[in-house]
Order: sequence, then C-alpha cells, then structure tokens
Amino acid sequence: MTETKPISIPEGRQAWEAALEAGKLRDSDFTSLSGSTLEVVYGPEDAPGDPVEDLGWPGQFPFTRGVHPSMYRGRLWTMRQFAGFGTARETNERFKFLLDHGQTGLSVAFDFPTLMGRDGDDEMCRGEVGQVGVAISSIADMEQLFDGIPMNEVSTSMTINGPAPILLAFYIACAERRGLDPAVLQGTVQNDILKEYQAQHAWLVPPEPALRMITDVMEYCTEHVPKWNTISISGYHIREAGSTAAQELAFTLANGLEYVRRGIERGMDVDSFAPRLSFFFDSHLDFFEEIAKFRAARRIWARKMREEFGAKDPRSWMLRFHTQTAGVSLTAQQPENNIVRTAYEALAAVLGGTQSLHTNSMDETLSLPTEKAVKIALRTQQIIAEETEVVHVADPLGGSYYVEALTDKMESEAEAYFNEIKRRGGVVPAIDSGYFQKEIHDSALSYQRAVENGSKKVVGVNCYSEGEESLEIELHRIRPEVEAESLKGLASLRADRDATRATAALDEIRAACNSSANLLQAFITAAHADCTLGEISQVLRDEFGDYIEPKIL
Amino acid sequence: MISWAENGNARFPETLEAIWSQVGRARRMGITGPPGAGKSTLVNELARLIREEESTVGILAVDPSSPLSGGALLGDRIRMEDRTADSGVFIRSMASRGSHGGMARAAVDAMDVMDAFGMHDVLVETVGVGQAEYDVVAAADTVLVVLCPGAGDGVQAMKSGLLELADVIAINKCDLPGADRLTSDMQEAVHLRTAGRDRWASPVVQCSAGKREGVDDVLAAVKSHREHLSDTLPDHRRQKRIQQVRQVVGEGLDEALWKTGGYGEQVEAMLCSGITPYAAASKVTQNLLKSAEENQSNELQA
Amino acid sequence: MSERRIRVLVAKPGLDGHDRGAKTVASVLRDHGMEVVYTGLHKTPAMIAEIALQEDVDVVGLSILSGAHMELFPRVRQELVERGLDHVLMVGGGIIPGDDMQVLEADGFAKLFGPGTNTDSIAEYIQTEISKRWAAEEAQA
Repeated sequence: MTETKPISIPEGRQAWEAALEAGKLRDSDFTSLSGSTLEVVYGPEDAPGDPVEDLGWPGQFPFTRGVHPSMYRGRLWTMRQFAGFGTARETNERFKFLLDHGQTGLSVAFDFPTLMGRDGDDEMCRGEVGQVGVAISSIADMEQLFDGIPMNEVSTSMTINGPAPILLAFYIACAERRGLDPAVLQGTVQNDILKEYQAQHAWLVPPEPALRMITDVMEYCTEHVPKWNTISISGYHIREAGSTAAQELAFTLANGLEYVRRGIERGMDVDSFAPRLSFFFDSHLDFFEEIAKFRAARRIWARKMREEFGAKDPRSWMLRFHTQTAGVSLTAQQPENNIVRTAYEALAAVLGGTQSLHTNSMDETLSLPTEKAVKIALRTQQIIAEETEVVHVADPLGGSYYVEALTDKMESEAEAYFNEIKRRGGVVPAIDSGYFQKEIHDSALSYQRAVENGSKKVVGVNCYSEGEESLEIELHRIRPEVEAESLKGLASLRADRDATRATAALDEIRAACNSSANLLQAFITAAHADCTLGEISQVLRDEFGDYIEPKIL
Repeated sequence: MISWAENGNARFPETLEAIWSQVGRARRMGITGPPGAGKSTLVNELARLIREEESTVGILAVDPSSPLSGGALLGDRIRMEDRTADSGVFIRSMASRGSHGGMARAAVDAMDVMDAFGMHDVLVETVGVGQAEYDVVAAADTVLVVLCPGAGDGVQAMKSGLLELADVIAINKCDLPGADRLTSDMQEAVHLRTAGRDRWASPVVQCSAGKREGVDDVLAAVKSHREHLSDTLPDHRRQKRIQQVRQVVGEGLDEALWKTGGYGEQVEAMLCSGITPYAAASKVTQNLLKSAEENQSNELQA
Repeated sequence: MSERRIRVLVAKPGLDGHDRGAKTVASVLRDHGMEVVYTGLHKTPAMIAEIALQEDVDVVGLSILSGAHMELFPRVRQELVERGLDHVLMVGGGIIPGDDMQVLEADGFAKLFGPGTNTDSIAEYIQTEISKRWAAEEAQA
C-alpha cells in the first residue's frame, strides 16, 4: 500500500472545487428562505470571528452563545401557549386546562375590539367580539379572566399594544382588589407600538403620544411593579407581515434601541429599566438562518447597550426572548403537515437559546385552534425538552462554520439597516414616510412570486398537492352568543358603577394627557372606577388624535 | 360618467353637452409636488376646512400607471379616509394611463363632471414628476405646489419648472429641520421672478398638515389668489379651454390622418422617393391646408 | 383614446390589521393591468360601499382574517345593493372555513379564495368574469 500524503487546506479546496465543477446539480436556486445566496459548504475563512470578542461563553458578553451559563440544564424554557377566545369566562377555563396540562405561564390573546381600544358594544365591532381572542372591556372582565388563578404565582403575558397601558392598568387594579401588592406580579405586556405602525396595525394614537405612554409604563413599573417586563419588543409581526429574517432582526432591534433612547431622555438610568425589556421573535422554516438570527440578536443588543448607551448592569446587555413558530409557514392544505413544520421551527428556537416558546397548532390557518390541536402543539415542545436530548448542551451549533458565517452576515445586514434608518431621521420619521412598511411589502411580494413561480416550494401547495381536498379537521367555532353576553356585561357595569367617580377618573386622564403626569397611574385609578377600555381610549383619541397609515402602494 | 371620460367612451361628449350649462361654477384647485411632500394629507385637511365652511368638495387624485402592465395602484384615499364618511365630499382616484394628453383631458372632464354635479370646490392632486402631471393641475384656477424639507428640495423644484406653475407654495412638515431655509429659498425665488413686474407674487406658506397646523393659512392664500383672479377669471378659464380644444382637435386629426386616413401609406411612398422627412411633412401640411380652404369656400358657395 | 380597464376596489373591512394578503393581491392585480383602489385598514361596510360607488369599480375584493366574515361580508354586500351596485363582481379572501364559503357564494359573492390560493389565478378569474360581463353589455348596446 502506498502512503497517502496529507494535503493542505488550499489544495483540498482546489480539489473539491474541481470535483464540484464536474458534478451535476439539481434544478434549484439554492437560496435561503429570505432569498440570500448560499455556498455549497462553509469553511474557516467564512467565519473569521474572534472567539472571545464575537462569541465568548454562555452567560458572557456578548452573549452570542446564550444568556445563561448552564442554559437549559439550569431551567428549561417557559412553555407558553397563547390562548384566548370568546368571553373572559371561556378563556379562564382554557387557562385552567393548560395549567393542568403542565403549561407554566399564561399568554392572553385579545379580540380585535380590545386590541383597537374599543368596547364590545361599539358599532365598529359588530361580528368581531371574542372572535380571535378574548374580549376584555373593563376590570370586571379581567377579574373574571383570572378567576381562581393565583395572580401572585403565575406569570402572565398579554399580547396587546395600542391600549397596552390600559390593559396593564386593569391587571394591576385587579390584583390590588384581591389585596395583592403589585410588586409581586410577574409577566409581560407586549406594549411595542412601533412595530404596530410598521407591520401589525393595531394602533390607538399617533407615534409620539404612544411612545410617551410606553415611557410612562417603564417609569411606573420600575418603581411599583419591578418584576414586570414592560415591553416585549416584537419581530414576530414584522416577519409574519412578510419581512426577511434580517429585516425582522434589524427593525426589531432598531425599535428596541428607540425605546431605550426614550427612557434615557425621560431621565431614567438605563440600568433601571433595560433589564425589564424583553424580545419576541418568529421562528421560521429556514433552520440555520433562524438560529443565526437569534444568536446575532443577542450579540448586537449586548454591544449596543454597553457601547452606545453605557449600560453597566450585565442584565441590561442580555437579550432575553420569547419565540413563536411561524404562523405564516402553515398551510390550509394538508393541515396535519403543520405539526411537522412547527416541530422544526420549535427546534430552531431551542437551539437558538429561547427563553420561552409558543408552538402553533396545525389548524390555525383555518380557525382558532381546537383543544386537541393545542395539546399536540404543547407536546411538540415537551418532546424536544424530554426526548431529543438537545437541551443538555448550550449553543450546540456554535463553531459551525455555516452558522457562524450566517450570524456574522445577519449582524452586518442589520447594521446596514440601522444606518439607513438613521439616514431617514430615525424610527418615527421612517414610519411616517412608510419606509418599513414598503420594505416589508416588497419582501412579502417577492416571496409570494417565488412560491408562485415554483422557485420556493411549499408542500401541499405548489408541490405534492392533492388537488381540491375536503378538510376533514374539526374546527373551533366561537359561540354566536358571545357578543350578546359581552354587551350585557358592559351594560350592567355602566348601570351599576358610581357615575360621578367614573367621570372624574376620565377627566383626570384628560388632564394627564396635557401634563407630564404618569398616564398609567391615571389608568389604574380609572380601572378602579370601572371606566371601560373604550371610554379611556376615546379620551386618548380626543386628546392625541387618530393615526392614519401612510400610503405605500 | 367619469369612467366614460377616462375610457374615451363615445357617450361622454353628448352627456357633457347635457350638463354643460352647469359647468363653470366650481372653484378649481390643482395640488402638486414631489412624492412624499404630504399632498394627500394636505388635501384631506383642506377638504375638512372647506367642509367647515359648508361647501361641498370634489377631489380627484391622479396616480401614475405602471408603464409595464398599464395597471395602477391608487392609494391616495388612505390619507383621506375620514372624508369618506362625509356625503359632502366626493373622492375619485384616477390612473394616469398611457398618453400624456389623455390624462390631462380625462382629468379636466372629471372636474367638469364634479362641477356640474354641484361641488363647490374641486381639488385635483397629482405627483409633480413631469409635464403630463403639470398639465393636469395647470387646468385649475389656482395651482398649489407642496414642498417639504428633505423630499425633493427647492432647487429641484425650481429646475423642474414646478415653481413656474405655482400660484401658492405650501411648505409642509414645517416642524422638520430645514423648513425655514426652504421657505426663504422659495420666497427669494418668487421675488426674483416677480419683482418689478406686474405679476402675482406667489405667497409661500408654512404648514404641518399632519398636525393640522397652518392649513388655514394655505387656504387663505388660495383665496387671496382667487380674489386676485376675480376679474380675469373668465379669460383665464377661456385660455385653458382653448388649450383643451386644441388638444382634442389634435387627437382627432391624429386619429383621422394616421389611423383611418391612410396618410401613413402616402408618407411611406414619399420617403421611398428619397425626399427628407421635413419635405414630406411640408407636403402633407400644405395638402391639408389646401383641402381645408377648398372645403371652406365650398361651404361658403353652398 | 384610452381603452377600458378593470377597476378593482381592494378593501379591508373591520378591525383586523393583517394587510399582507390585501396588499399582495392589490399589487398582483396591478401587474395584470388592472386599476386597483386600496382602501387602507379598518373600514366599515358603509364606507367600503361608498368608496365603490365614488370610484365606479367593476370589482370589490374583501380581505379579512378576523373571523368576522359572516357578519361583515353580507353587510358590505347589502350596502352595495342599497347603492344600486348589485352588478359589481364581489370576491373575498382570508381565513374562511369551507362551509362559510358556500354560504357566502350562495349569497351574492362570486367567489371566495382561501389561504394558499395562487394570486395569478385570482387575477385570471377576475379578467374572465369581467370580460364576460363587458361582452354581455356590448351585446345589449
């Protein structure tokens, strides 16, 4: 046998390139889900990052490898399924069901009237009460929603933005009525208005007064509700509206940095509020691109917080995030396949180091999830946690040439977007001119075209489809009586309350709008006086004006 | 009826005949400016103020058609949404479609229809990007040019000829940095054009339509231009109608000569004989004029 | 002389803010040569019908993902009929269960498109339907 001579790396690469040239490739565009060109293989030259500056160890700056030294050996992620539909009583039952099945935190989905700051009996809301979430118009509804649930023990996440400070006021006032000190409350309110103008479109008033209310929440909670996460800075909706992974990352972080700037401008010490900011990302189907996005997010945030804002507390540097699997990746065709998609997306979130996770149910493109579908979605997370053994090792893909190269690329793409936003005068002027909205729309459109011309494949839609199929899946329907019940509840609330006290509370809000008083404080007073969401919102609209979206098409 | 005008439907001219006696009552305002200057928002606010004076408003929002597909996305209504619920406001979106002249004519027709149906004020809005769009707003009594700091600066506006059109210049988003500079630049530009001459000096007015500030000043400036026009308005309008007639005649001739008249073949033959394009054109023109004269004398004899 | 072009109103009834589908479809219809008026978000049925009237559209397309289609779609239809616009081709899309689609299609909606529909096929459907109608109009005239 002849001795084989070891070949050098460049020689090996040359030989590989020659072999590659000689071979035949499948007909595909070989791009990422976001449309970026990908190499056949990645090597050391593609990931030249510094092991200390760019990676570090888990729990160390810049946190590329995770925010905790032991990651999931210390504590698994919170399995938090978003739920809410119909009346407060029905959702209360679903919450108890989820807690009984091992869920560790609650997540409230509100209906559109609530998300838009309108009471169920508003003429604009016909047909929408309780449809996509629970209808909460007053402190009475909030009390019913948490009936029999220990508010001092569970952590509650509320997905609401425009009227977020009002719903948080209902929650705090509800706890106070039970004799609890708000300081014990744990949870998150999404309260991320900037991405509403950019992507999700549930706003209440224009950006400037909205940002003022958010800063009021940060200020109030720092003092009185210290365990509350005051903003969940969300890329999820940006992504679901059609952005690429890099746009999701960049726009979300730009929004986060804007909130920090506002807090500092208010005169707060950055380390007093920054540790209570958390993030919320989408996990889509391009496994490695998503993992790189999560890693880059942590690194960028840590650097900005330390270097740009001079934060000293390591907790201010840490980007902690919730993840939801991509609703937009699910198909109405062959819906059971969605279980598989969701599982891959969930695994990417876990390998990317998420702190909490919502897995979508297979039937969500058809209606709100049934109990059975929700249970399978929750079990998907439990299988990852208990059976796959991936949870024992922190940042298991760290050091992969491919993942490191993608992480670096995500960071540089985000930096390019930060510069562009800056050039446009900052986040709010860029919203006013429709910049984000246009970028997102363009990405959505080019993806749609890629699916329709077949360069991007969707199983069951443009390949392996089974023609006109009848859907044999049980659907969750909202009871038609929900709207009437909600209206009845509101009528009796208005009849039974102390009208003078309610009017005085609304006047106090009006005055606070035109002074520097803390609006959250005024909302809590109004909640105790049984003022409704719609009444409070109307005062805000009167004082601050309506918001009209810019034209981008 | 506006659709008929847009589509060049043969029913339009006769229908216009029926309502012609009602045309000419409305005050007409043309609004243009570079993209992003906030025109739609300003139009919305102007409409609100006009409504507060108990007048009815017709708004014509012209957007460019896609040169590729010929389709168009008409989204100006989004910024005027609170006017939709008001029965005293009629908003119509129009795509510029292919031909330049066609757009201007359809827009004038649409304004005539709104006028005839009793709108006290008719506002037409276009993006100020070229001659075709300028022609649209130029058909109005008063032309309002909207600028804002950043989006297409004053120098560009001057170069593009936008300012020569302007009877009133609104500097929108006046709280942005650069607004005062832009305002004084525009004032100077107007001064240079009008100083020492007996010409209307276009007022330069600051506003912030999004914040509902200064819009009343813009409207006041428009009104002062109308007062300035008051004696000459009929003549002013007649001049514009002459333009309209010229254009329609031109289009008719074009159709009659090249599409149905067989002139294309005649010219082809001339060019084949080796003469220059100018010589061919001169021959065609002379022939046309000659036959026109003959027709006229025939008519006189008859 | 200009030719006649299909005018479409793409509208978002109700409170839901998901406009990815509406904007995508609007862009695709534009690319198929149609003139598309987009309403923006959060419109009531009366506002949508009023816009359809003022804009003299041939087609009204509704997009909804809030689950309120059984309330809002028939109300838009009713408002259109009240304004004498029953000739307008009505289509819709969003998260709409099959049973509901059947009910709506029996109630004046020409066609409902579910998630995953090819957008070109929406454009082609509209083109086919409108050409039929225009041909019938011409035959009458």
